[in-house]
Amino acid sequence: MSTLSLAARDSATMLRRNLRHALRYPSMSLSTAAMPIIFMLLFVYVFGSTLGAGIGGADYVDYVAPGIILMTAAAGAISTAVSVCVDMTEGIVARFRTMAISRVSLLTGHVVGSLIQTMFGMALVIGVAVLIGFRPSAGPVAWVEATGVLLMLTLALTWLAVAFGLVAKRPETASNLPLPLTLLPFLGSGFVPTDSMPAGVRQFAEYQPFTPLTETLRGLLMGTPIGHHGLIAVAWCAAIALGGYLWAKRLFNRAG
Amino acid sequence: MSVMNEPTMALSATGLRKSYGDKVVLDGIDLNVAEGTIFSLLGPNGAGKTTTVQILSTLVTADHGDVRVAGHDPRHDPDGVRAAIGVTGQFSAVDNLLTGQENLILMADLHRLGRREGRRRAAELLERFDLTDAAAKAAATYSGGMRRRLDLAMTLVGRPRVIFLDEPTTGLDPRSRRSMWQIIRELVAGGATVFLTTQYLEEADQLADRVAVLDHGRLVAEGTPDELKRLIPGGHIRLSFTGVESLDAAARVLGEVTRDDEALTLRVPSDGSVESLRTLLDRLSSIELSSLSVHTPDLDDVFLALTGHSQKEAVR
Repeated sequence: MSTLSLAARDSATMLRRNLRHALRYPSMSLSTAAMPIIFMLLFVYVFGSTLGAGIGGADYVDYVAPGIILMTAAAGAISTAVSVCVDMTEGIVARFRTMAISRVSLLTGHVVGSLIQTMFGMALVIGVAVLIGFRPSAGPVAWVEATGVLLMLTLALTWLAVAFGLVAKRPETASNLPLPLTLLPFLGSGFVPTDSMPAGVRQFAEYQPFTPLTETLRGLLMGTPIGHHGLIAVAWCAAIALGGYLWAKRLFNRAG
Repeated sequence: MSVMNEPTMALSATGLRKSYGDKVVLDGIDLNVAEGTIFSLLGPNGAGKTTTVQILSTLVTADHGDVRVAGHDPRHDPDGVRAAIGVTGQFSAVDNLLTGQENLILMADLHRLGRREGRRRAAELLERFDLTDAAAKAAATYSGGMRRRLDLAMTLVGRPRVIFLDEPTTGLDPRSRRSMWQIIRELVAGGATVFLTTQYLEEADQLADRVAVLDHGRLVAEGTPDELKRLIPGGHIRLSFTGVESLDAAARVLGEVTRDDEALTLRVPSDGSVESLRTLLDRLSSIELSSLSVHTPDLDDVFLALTGHSQKEAVR
């Protein structure tokens, strides 16, 4: 077998291990979906009528749902960072390092496992959104494109989270490092339009990755204009994914 | 070139050195371990035992020195070494979230044994290590001894030719320790080579074909347990007396003895045999003795004689 197919086989083994962990201890996977769902209920039912009036009377759940769905990717990053960190502090990683297996498989197993878990969490969030009145106007093609955007962001944040998990010495630190990511949808166009914000915050909001992502996802699901946001969103995801991957790889090799 | 009647070396190291910053951990050690034998690296905490295992098992690169493990150089062909070895470290290397059986199947998958063969091998090892009843329980619920057995079972899934055991019985109760010793003996009977580190002199004495004594990153002695014991003064009989008068009387009768007036004892050189004891007691028949003990040399004496400090002191 070639090196590549051995790497794929070992990664599949590691993926099975991670999925088994997730199935056996589902609280971590469910908490990924729980945080965005709680924020969604809070914003729709508690602040929704005021905020909805502020954005021109539209149904607020239709406005906020795309930002909330993206927030799930950030919440997933927390669970990824923690599970990588816990793994690295356990002796089993030292065992893997003394075996003739593909070294990167441990990380790819985590990444693919987290990708599946987070996408599952997103499906759950979308389901709850639809239950409380979210009515996307997207056709099948737009849904496929929207799924692509979500996959892209999740992959990017997952690699970044793997690096967080490797750089943190303790699981507590690992869970704190990705926390700012979950706040980014608030400081973008996820909850209110950026032009309603004070000058300093507005500039930050317009240039941070979650705004073009929110605008792209909202455009795909609700039919609002996307403009140049689509391209910027792809560029952000590619940059974060590459940066996270290279950082994680360096940390992992150094630890050996 | 190896000669026919010379044993094949499973493992060799020459001039092994490793420092972390200013701290010299290994200061030029040489090791040769013949195939199918148990080699024990004996030393107190901090002597450099774990670092040696880490270098030989490709976890850490040596600063200097030439190493061969199962014919491969860890520096240039780490995967060659990894394919031939199994390592059970000092700290548990099991996946706590998986069951015992799942842990073994995980290893089987990583060794690419295939589904059927993997399951068969897992069942066989569970049976052999007395874990069949706990096979479906998460490893997190295992006792210390069970965890150690699972750890070793995982190491054996790939049938390694060279097995590293870093302090395999530290922290185990006496019964688990004895069962671990039995398992280690069986490994070698099956043709594997075992490289074992320990801080227990008895363990090295019980198991090892050859023992090397490591102290502050240097080997201070190497040989069979018997050879090492011969390095030190032989055994003796220790006689305790009730008073100075009887001590004096006995010293006069016996002549060449070491006397301790404070403890009221005499040390008489002896091989500890029944015959020599009988002769000794016959000579002392008229003198009042309070007690008698036979002292045969053990590896602790070796350590004391070689390093000037006892192993127990070094361990604290």
